[in-house]
Amino acid sequence: MASLSRWRRRPLRRLNKESRLRVLSPAAGKAQGVGANGARGRRSWRAHVVPLSFVAPAALLLAVWLIYPVVYTVVRSFFDRSGAHWIGVDNYIELFTSDFLVTAIKNNALWVVVVPAVVTAFGLILAVLTERISWVAAFRLVVFMPMAISLFTAGVIWRLVYEKAPDRGALNAVIAAGQEAVRPAGELAEAVPSTDSVRELPTGGLALAQNLSRGDVALLGLTQIPESEVPEGAVEATRPNPLATGISGVVWRDFRPGGGVPGMVERGELGLATIAVEIRDERGQIISETTTRADGTFAFDQVPRGSYVVSVAEQNFVRPFEGISWLGPSLITPAIMIAYTWVWTGFALVVIAAGLAVLPRELLEAARLDGASESQVLRHITVPLLAPVLTAVFVTMLINVLKVFDVVLAIAPGSVQDDANVIALAMWRTAFGGKNDFGLASAIAVLLLVLVLPSLFLNMRRFRREL
Amino acid sequence: MRFHHGPLSIGALLLPLLMVFPACEQGGGDSGDTDSDAPREEISITAVYTGAEQKAFEAVLDAFMEANPGIEVVYRSAGDELPTVLETAVRGGNPPDLAMLPQPGVVADFAGRGELQSLDFVRKAVVDNLGEYAVQLGTVDGDFYSFLVLTNNGSPIWYNVDLFKQAGVNPPATWEELLEAAETLKASGVSTYSFGGADGWTLSAIFENIYLRTAGPERYDQLAKHEIPWTHPSVKEALRYMGQLFEDPDNIAGGPQGALETDFPTSVTQVFSEPPRAALTIIADFAYGVITDSTSAKPVSDFNVFDFPSIEGSEPAVVGGGDSVVMFTDGEAARALVEYLTTVEAAQTIVTEGPWSSLHTGLDPSVYPDPIRRGTGAGLLEAEIFRFYLADLQPPEFGATVGQGLWKLFQDFLLDPDDVDGIAVKMEKAAAEAFE
Repeated sequence: MASLSRWRRRPLRRLNKESRLRVLSPAAGKAQGVGANGARGRRSWRAHVVPLSFVAPAALLLAVWLIYPVVYTVVRSFFDRSGAHWIGVDNYIELFTSDFLVTAIKNNALWVVVVPAVVTAFGLILAVLTERISWVAAFRLVVFMPMAISLFTAGVIWRLVYEKAPDRGALNAVIAAGQEAVRPAGELAEAVPSTDSVRELPTGGLALAQNLSRGDVALLGLTQIPESEVPEGAVEATRPNPLATGISGVVWRDFRPGGGVPGMVERGELGLATIAVEIRDERGQIISETTTRADGTFAFDQVPRGSYVVSVAEQNFVRPFEGISWLGPSLITPAIMIAYTWVWTGFALVVIAAGLAVLPRELLEAARLDGASESQVLRHITVPLLAPVLTAVFVTMLINVLKVFDVVLAIAPGSVQDDANVIALAMWRTAFGGKNDFGLASAIAVLLLVLVLPSLFLNMRRFRREL
Repeated sequence: MRFHHGPLSIGALLLPLLMVFPACEQGGGDSGDTDSDAPREEISITAVYTGAEQKAFEAVLDAFMEANPGIEVVYRSAGDELPTVLETAVRGGNPPDLAMLPQPGVVADFAGRGELQSLDFVRKAVVDNLGEYAVQLGTVDGDFYSFLVLTNNGSPIWYNVDLFKQAGVNPPATWEELLEAAETLKASGVSTYSFGGADGWTLSAIFENIYLRTAGPERYDQLAKHEIPWTHPSVKEALRYMGQLFEDPDNIAGGPQGALETDFPTSVTQVFSEPPRAALTIIADFAYGVITDSTSAKPVSDFNVFDFPSIEGSEPAVVGGGDSVVMFTDGEAARALVEYLTTVEAAQTIVTEGPWSSLHTGLDPSVYPDPIRRGTGAGLLEAEIFRFYLADLQPPEFGATVGQGLWKLFQDFLLDPDDVDGIAVKMEKAAAEAFE
């Protein structure tokens, strides 16, 4: 919260320079006083010991928990896996040559380019859009809520959301429901021909390979139909009698326990009822349509002379939506980025909204009076005035994204952890993921440290300017 | 439930806590000594078990303490980060007296650095009760350091009884029968195979089962030590067999890509869920707990198990894994416990109290508490050949790392089962790097 109130303060300071002193914390005031004492040149031992004794506990903790580990990690990165042999920069060479780590570095670069900008933009848009609605607090609470759960938990939630099977993954379930409404799955979605005498039509649907004419019987055997999905009311299939002036036939589940003989209507094999069947002439024109009876048989009573194609209509075979492979190698990184954005947008929103709340209204109103459109106000007034806040959010996200770890670990299944790899995850996997190479892992950690340093300096400079 | 090969958990993040924790506990243990009149020698043992498994393992220790009233055994769980916890304890100069290690590679690592005590005093008992191979497995550079106390059978195939009935197929005994059954199952409208491809070890175990049958135990041992390359014709032959399971995408639940996103527990439960998504899954006996805990399927009537089929007349063979005891600190009490763990009494408590099986030849399979586990337990005892999971005998970066080495390459192979030569070359490259 301390840092949050700092951002809120910044615009205030511009308006009212005196308020600056009031908002400075007591601790900061004391530190200034001590510095002033020293500057006055009193050289008693107290002048040295007292400040030191104030600093010592913090310095000691920093040394033990930060400086020593950093130095040790740097040293360790020049040793091999066992820690016994100095190998110079070999670990660093491997860092930039092994596929495993190069992917991680590339992915991390993608994260840095995409995520901080997207999160800041989302936060800005939501903050501006919600500023004047009456239930803004409720809205912001909802958007901020993901911040209340740990990133790892958020990752587990999204892992479930992204499951491929529509009956398990929420996202694919939504898409499946949409598709079902537009184009319902056919009753024979999974079915395939049982023999070569039935072929698939280029338009979808299945047809007898051989053309038929009056008096012939069409045997359309299908297989791979689960018993539970045989259309209701089905009874045992029968082979229909030929018709003198028409074409008869049967569509049936060409399977009985043990398999049976493909292509033959046997005892125990079920007819497929209520299936749409059509005959076409040689030009592909549909002559007649009908549906099958309970035992799977159908008949076209009056058929002119000629040869025809008998087919099971395409709509029977519309496959249900099988799910998008969000967790597959190609979509995994974007998928994780979405989850991460979901978590952090709330943070950006709250910080930016706080900055927005203290913008000088008169500037915005003046612009509107002068006829500026809302988008012009946003671009030319709001964003420039908010620039310090936006930068703060952006830099914070930059650091967060450089060290992104837990969401990737939680969302990416083992099979794509290489594809989704990022530097921090690579470090953890190298150190604890079975390889247990603390030398190489230390080198990765040093790389991460070096990458984070610029944004740290940036933040420190901003911090110093504020004091 | 602990899954032997389970992916490394986030527990590693808690490592600093774990490093401090044993030290705290030590103090508590010492003060407890004053309760008893006779001086009881205290020894400690560390393993991965938590929850129900911890209770079961402690039952074994309780039985030991009853027989040896002068010894107090303290069990400390290290969770899945056992190797890291032990490493820290050893470096800190305060290892437990004994530990149960699931990875032979870690045993070899500690042994190579001279941290382990020889178990020669039980060599004979181990040969008599667990077989020659158990000694071979626990021997590092000619010295005997560990033996399998509890085991899992990695060769069962679990199937949905109803789906087999509907398709009219019987549990196959040979590879050809398995492929035939797969065709029939598919024609009946269900995908045959459920693979937990998100966890690479589920796939490598299938390869190990095939390789042990097609190449035989001698080749298996050679490959384990990388004495023959992964481009060896025997490896390619086994891969071709394995490819026969993968070649029809329609016969895999969720298709190959879907299988790669399915983790081990889901791959098991989806065979027995309503509606079922596949007819069978090839996975170790610890799947039993997953089925009984997470589905309503009843043993024998809803789910059952058959042995991994014989390939070209191969003898009954089992690939498995398990936890081996090692000794960090030599002492009479520690030796007594190690000796006790070779007895049939210990084996009986292990299989009746816990979810584990045992290799103990003196064990009567009828002591297993239910018919399914009796079957997998008997399979382990009746197998002509038993071999440890080959992937676990490799350097971990090659054999047992999420998203790398063997696990990753088997996942790639699932997507592209025609590329036998390409995968073999990649395996050899990764193996060569790992063996240096």
